[in-house]
Amino acid sequence: MCAAPALSPQTTQPLIAIRDLTISFESRIIQQNISFDLHRGSIFAIMGGSGCGKSTLLKNMIGLLRPLSGQMFVDGEDYWTQDEARRSAINRRFGVLFQSGALWSSMTIGENVALPLEMFTDLPPRIIHKLVQLKLGLVGMEQAIDLFPSEISGGMCKRAGLARAIALDPDILFFDEPSAGLDPITSARLDDLILTLRDGLGATIIIVSHELPSLFAIADDGIFLDAVTHTSIAHGSPTVLRDTCTLPEVTAFMNRSSSIPHP
Amino acid sequence: MSQHASVLPSHTLPTDNKPQWSVYTDTNGSFLRLQGEWTLSSSSTVLFDPTALSSVPRGQTLKIDISDLKTWNSALITFLWSVEQAAVKAGLQMNTSTLPAPVLRLMALLPSTPSPHQHHVVERVNPFEKVADLTLSCLNEAGIFAQMIFDATVGALYILKGRSFMRKKDLLTDIWNAGPSALLIVGVVNFLLGAILAFVGLIELRKFAAEIYVTDLVGIACAREISAIMTAIIMAGRTGGSYAARISTMQGNEEIDALAVFGIPISSYILLPSIISLSLMMPFLYIYGTLIGICGGFVVSMTMMNMSPIGYWIATFDGVALKEFIFGFIKTYFFAVFIATASCRVGLKAGRSAADVGIAATRAVVISIVGIIAMDAVFAVIANALGI
Repeated sequence: MCAAPALSPQTTQPLIAIRDLTISFESRIIQQNISFDLHRGSIFAIMGGSGCGKSTLLKNMIGLLRPLSGQMFVDGEDYWTQDEARRSAINRRFGVLFQSGALWSSMTIGENVALPLEMFTDLPPRIIHKLVQLKLGLVGMEQAIDLFPSEISGGMCKRAGLARAIALDPDILFFDEPSAGLDPITSARLDDLILTLRDGLGATIIIVSHELPSLFAIADDGIFLDAVTHTSIAHGSPTVLRDTCTLPEVTAFMNRSSSIPHP
Repeated sequence: MSQHASVLPSHTLPTDNKPQWSVYTDTNGSFLRLQGEWTLSSSSTVLFDPTALSSVPRGQTLKIDISDLKTWNSALITFLWSVEQAAVKAGLQMNTSTLPAPVLRLMALLPSTPSPHQHHVVERVNPFEKVADLTLSCLNEAGIFAQMIFDATVGALYILKGRSFMRKKDLLTDIWNAGPSALLIVGVVNFLLGAILAFVGLIELRKFAAEIYVTDLVGIACAREISAIMTAIIMAGRTGGSYAARISTMQGNEEIDALAVFGIPISSYILLPSIISLSLMMPFLYIYGTLIGICGGFVVSMTMMNMSPIGYWIATFDGVALKEFIFGFIKTYFFAVFIATASCRVGLKAGRSAADVGIAATRAVVISIVGIIAMDAVFAVIANALGI
């Protein structure tokens, strides 16, 4: 295990604490004994090669899949021991940007962003419309409010998905491969946007990614999942892991090297 | 010190914490004063009224006084954005330096003038044009339909030559789905229809003491029309709908594009197994459905009239000629080809979103059912002409 010291030591209670989580897909164990803390305002990266279970871990964290064992504490509350109503109340603190945006195709972009506001607040339609304009404005998509998802590009779908994720002002944002499939410029802009939203909205962000430039640019903490040993083998911010970690898998990943030197 | 607040859980705020704003001008200049908690709970979200800026002299700078601002979230940003847009419109400068840094970072992302909206184009077409379009597209579809049947036939001939793009596995799966797995629903529906026919028939025939003819009624109706049409309608809903949904989903995932790029003919790869499986299975489903329908009639007749079971069956075999079955058999073969081709065509023509999959499935079922009834009418005329 390669553990790098956190950039700034945190003394407060972590926002999310994962303890000995074992996750599986159908009957296959994907990752086991994962433990980490997520501190308020941080950008936490879940790293690892393709197929190591990053997205599955994310699905466990947002409550779509139940872990085989272990706990997840959200603000000290054990998530999986709560009843369904409480879990969905906790879920409303989460905003999720799915890999391909996951916009509802039968609604316009504006309606996509408005739906959670209509469902979970008592705001009058005029204010909801104003808020939808704001969220789309924040991601630079205000002009596309009346378009359908099929009428916009992949990058725009992602930004619209981001606007929907921040619709309810969540304090925890989950991003699944935000920059996958985007060109370097759009990807860099999205990184800036994520940083700005973190600072502006005061959100905590968990990001699943294997896009190195993006990880180095934004993440300040993270774990590295290994597909062979099925557990996390390194813990720390991507830059620290790149510079200090000596594990061959991590070094190869962080330096984009094609061969893993065998000890 | 301002703090972030989450929208949820919403709570009622004490009245003194309600968000309030005012515009005032004093010796230090013009100010927008913000007070209270600016969060998204329903009681506390306010909109900016641009007329409030009319008291500020043109060309002056509007400063923002946040000394009494407490917690905030997007509600405040929304409000400030409205103020900014109104100020630009009124020709005022805004001095935002007093705002908290996070607010400024978010404000920097927002355009100060509203950008023009893009709309998707909805064309108004006059009715004549619409009718003409519809006619042309009907002709076009008929052509495409014929082309698809032709391609599939050519594909089928290639199978005989031993060179085909159709996968055996796909064919077997399709045959299983179009045949054995439909036995239960076809059986249940036909049994009940046979039973209903016998029940209604018996009540009416009893008035004329002609109850014995219920065997003919059930047998001929099932063999000639009811079982053929009902089986075809069930298969249109069950299998036709699933073909259309599957193909339009493939369309959305660019799977059809991938086939086209490899040069794998869609007619052989997708259309052929669908047509072959459905046209092989449906005539047999029809025979099975007819027999089950007659059984349904038999069960009801046995409970409602005084007749020996053997007598019922003998009367049925005497009353229903073999040619009825042959005619029904041929009819259902054509129904099957129509359902499979129409459903695949609808699927291939569908758009690429989830909503389009629903539209495609609905359309496939509607077109198939209407087509079946129309074809049945044509077959009735043919049968009459041939004296069957």
